[in-house]
Amino acid sequence: MLAFTLRRAIQAIGVMIAVGVIAFSMFRFAGDPVNQIVSLDTPAAEREAVRKSLGLDDPVPVQFARYFANAAQFKFGVSYQFRQPVSNLLMERMPATLELAACATVLAMVFGILMGVYSALRRDTILTKFFQAVSLIGISLPTFLIGILLIYLFSVTLGWLPSFGRGEVVRIGWWTTGLLTLSGLKALIMPSITLGLFQMTLIMRLVRAEMLEVLRTDYIRFARARGLTTRAIHFGHALKNTLVPVITVAGLQFGSVIAFAIITETVFQWPGMGLLFVQAVQNVDIPIMAAYLLMVSLIFVTINLVVDILYTVVDPRLRSTIRRPA
Amino acid sequence: MSDAVVPHRVESSPQRARPNASWLNRVLDSDIFYSFRRSRMTMVAAAVTVLFFLLAIFASQLAVQNPFDPAQLQLMNSRISPLWTAEGQSPFLLGTDEQGRDVFSAILYGLRISLVVGVLGVIFAGTLGITLGLIAGYVGGAVDGLIMRIADVQLTFPAILIALLVNGVAKSVFNNRLDAVSTLAVLVVAIGLSFWVQYARTVRGSVMVEKNKDYVAAAQLIGLPAPKIMLRHVLPNTMGPILVIATINLALAIITEATLSFLGAGMPDTMPSLGTLIRIGNNYLFAGEWWIVAFPGIALAGLILAINLLGDWLRDALNPKLR
Amino acid sequence: MTVPVLSVRNLEVEFLTRRSTLRAINGVSFDIAKGEVLGVVGESGAGKSVTGLAVIGLIDPPGRISGGEIYLSGTRIDHLPLEEIRRIRGKRIGMIFQDPLTSLNPLYRIGDQIVETIRTHLNLSETAARKRAIDLLAEVGIPAPDKRIDAYPHEFSGGMRQRVVIALAICAEPELIIADEPTTALDVSVQAQIISLIKRLGRDHGTAVMLVTHDMGVIAETSDRVAVMYSGRIAEIGPVQDVVQNPLHPYAKGLMGAIPTLAGEDKRLVQIPGSMPRLSAIPPGCPFNPRCAFVFDRCRVDRPEPLKHGSHAVACHLFDTAPHEAAKETVA
Repeated sequence: MLAFTLRRAIQAIGVMIAVGVIAFSMFRFAGDPVNQIVSLDTPAAEREAVRKSLGLDDPVPVQFARYFANAAQFKFGVSYQFRQPVSNLLMERMPATLELAACATVLAMVFGILMGVYSALRRDTILTKFFQAVSLIGISLPTFLIGILLIYLFSVTLGWLPSFGRGEVVRIGWWTTGLLTLSGLKALIMPSITLGLFQMTLIMRLVRAEMLEVLRTDYIRFARARGLTTRAIHFGHALKNTLVPVITVAGLQFGSVIAFAIITETVFQWPGMGLLFVQAVQNVDIPIMAAYLLMVSLIFVTINLVVDILYTVVDPRLRSTIRRPA
Repeated sequence: MSDAVVPHRVESSPQRARPNASWLNRVLDSDIFYSFRRSRMTMVAAAVTVLFFLLAIFASQLAVQNPFDPAQLQLMNSRISPLWTAEGQSPFLLGTDEQGRDVFSAILYGLRISLVVGVLGVIFAGTLGITLGLIAGYVGGAVDGLIMRIADVQLTFPAILIALLVNGVAKSVFNNRLDAVSTLAVLVVAIGLSFWVQYARTVRGSVMVEKNKDYVAAAQLIGLPAPKIMLRHVLPNTMGPILVIATINLALAIITEATLSFLGAGMPDTMPSLGTLIRIGNNYLFAGEWWIVAFPGIALAGLILAINLLGDWLRDALNPKLR
Repeated sequence: MTVPVLSVRNLEVEFLTRRSTLRAINGVSFDIAKGEVLGVVGESGAGKSVTGLAVIGLIDPPGRISGGEIYLSGTRIDHLPLEEIRRIRGKRIGMIFQDPLTSLNPLYRIGDQIVETIRTHLNLSETAARKRAIDLLAEVGIPAPDKRIDAYPHEFSGGMRQRVVIALAICAEPELIIADEPTTALDVSVQAQIISLIKRLGRDHGTAVMLVTHDMGVIAETSDRVAVMYSGRIAEIGPVQDVVQNPLHPYAKGLMGAIPTLAGEDKRLVQIPGSMPRLSAIPPGCPFNPRCAFVFDRCRVDRPEPLKHGSHAVACHLFDTAPHEAAKETVA
């Protein structure tokens, strides 16, 4: 178990180094950082001074080591657009993104699993057909269209919910939360649905497919031959076996929820990291792009690690193979 | 670990057609065609998909103006609502936007861009993925390890993020001065780089399975070179799954392009795709000019829905286990 | 005359496909008495397993029982509502499947699976059920059952897992055990142990056993009677000694001829030419006629019914002494 965790942790660090190389290459080679700082009519000598002060004339490995050491302390340089440290900008916006992503994930998990299980067990009912239609729409409608549709319905036409922003937020330490005010909660509804719908669809489809697969297995047939109640077979045996792979995917999906938040945040002008990143891409603000990549990767890799470990807790087969490596 | 024992799978015996039946009869008699004909939804989806492609191909014949040509746009025609509303004006069937651009014509041209980017993106992703998958599966060893590790890592990152990054880097490298056609090329590359993994994994998996079969050994024995064996013998066996992936991928590629354009990182306003049109139209939603965003949105959603339906059907039809 | 534990009468099972309806079982009848072991043999696809599944009511759509009757100790069970047949499964009929590796839910301890089954059918407390589970594991020959009860399935070998599966099948003292190829997935050395275990359990508890297998050796060793199936029908049924020593049906003859014996090492094993017809292409008349060395006109038009012949019953026109109308027609 320990060896397994350690091996996974080393892999995770490897991934982070690889991402670091990409982020550094973007930072260093995609465009000239000096050009972004000085104005067009700056004399060459002054440019050279800036270059020196940034350490850009050091050997590349030295620069990389310095970049990485800084990144490890969450120092990502200064944004070209905002002229502010990138880490401050990201930290300021992280709570908004994480709150949105968490709400969307909870929403997606709860409804995705319920709908998936139902549509696997009652294959030909009207409700199943309805769920499948919803899932098809969830996959076919691009996220931003769903957002626009919701805004048109609930903000423009009905005027029930705010179309942009986080509403009032409460500051707890460095964290800001919208969960404690009415306007914050109202502002959270549509973005969460928009962001969660696609994930819900995925989870529903996955749960349905896994459940159907499990229901075809020999041990389910044997459970039926033993005369267990349908309830025990479906919700005791089948559901547990279904949820093992679903946990992995749902866990991994949390990472992509954060990335997909880019779109939702743009539609709803939600002041999170994703919106910052989109503005950075539009304005070619490489330090922010690189830092966002590193931060998101860190979140992904951490989640992957946690999911892997969680997986072994749920599935006894893995536990013992890990205990006694073959 | 003994749990790895795979349940014995009986080789499927496909329905053999009568010896004299022609190729056409065989197609008409096949299980795939049967399931196609049985599902009315699939037939509608196929028809809609074909219609969209035709609309895109004949866009210049069907459109009342060339929306990419600023000379043809007249500001006095701006913000006209659709034809059937009180303020509607001929020939602007679906109304016009703030630049006097006919929404219907813009949709036709935008559809063309979306489909071109989507199809090229899929071809690029497919070629890259299939090649890497074949190499990984056939060569094995360290090469396989490297390719698959890259695939693993990339798979944890959503395609849209990769596409945005590729796009941002390209912009930066070219100093943010890309013309519309180069932007299109960048989009194709960005989409291709974000979607190759699935092809590579599938192809590699099949190669690993097929590689050990007798006919490949026989081909090796008679001295066929490895690339030839792969292309002639192994690849055709993986075409089914690849077709399914490609179809679903086309929908994803179109969504990705539309999303990038919507986020302002894709096609520019001067040569708008469906996503760009939606971004432009979104600004007029609160002013009540819903048609500028609604019709491109409907076109995009309809196109993706139709392709997804086809992909779903194809997947189920080629995988009898799920039926 | 006592009522047989299992009595199957003219059983028919159909599978609906888009092209046609395939009849997997076509008029199968047999009885199994208390404490008796009936071996069912035949090639794959002959309908052995489907017969077993039909008895326990596990034929899933697109398949269905389309005709005939099944009686368990005199009560008809083939048309029972779902909930009632469920109460019979596991309690009055135990089932053992082919592959012990996949028969157990990998995520649950074996003890939990046994206790769950016991408590579904018997009114026992958790502790009592657990004690019974330990006794059962001991009975099927699991060493240190009080410790192994908390192990997961993957911690057992294939043979040990099949023992667990058997413990699960007998945990509510069923009247009938259906064993569907219980040894096929196991090592040869383990097969004999499992077979003798099933035989011993049947004897000790007076349980009737329906043993489905394609292994004639297993049948000869275990069964009291044997039914030879071909293309969804019973070709020949009778006491195991008689059928093995003196098979009547040409197919049974071929099947027995294909068993290697220690005595006749220099003799070539007999093969039956051809293969069993697909369900969609069963020839008219006797389904075995295209492969039969003794085929004559009547076999191609007239379907033989099992008829009593000494201690056997055999479905073959060779042994039908009475003149037949269909035969006359063909002659004329």
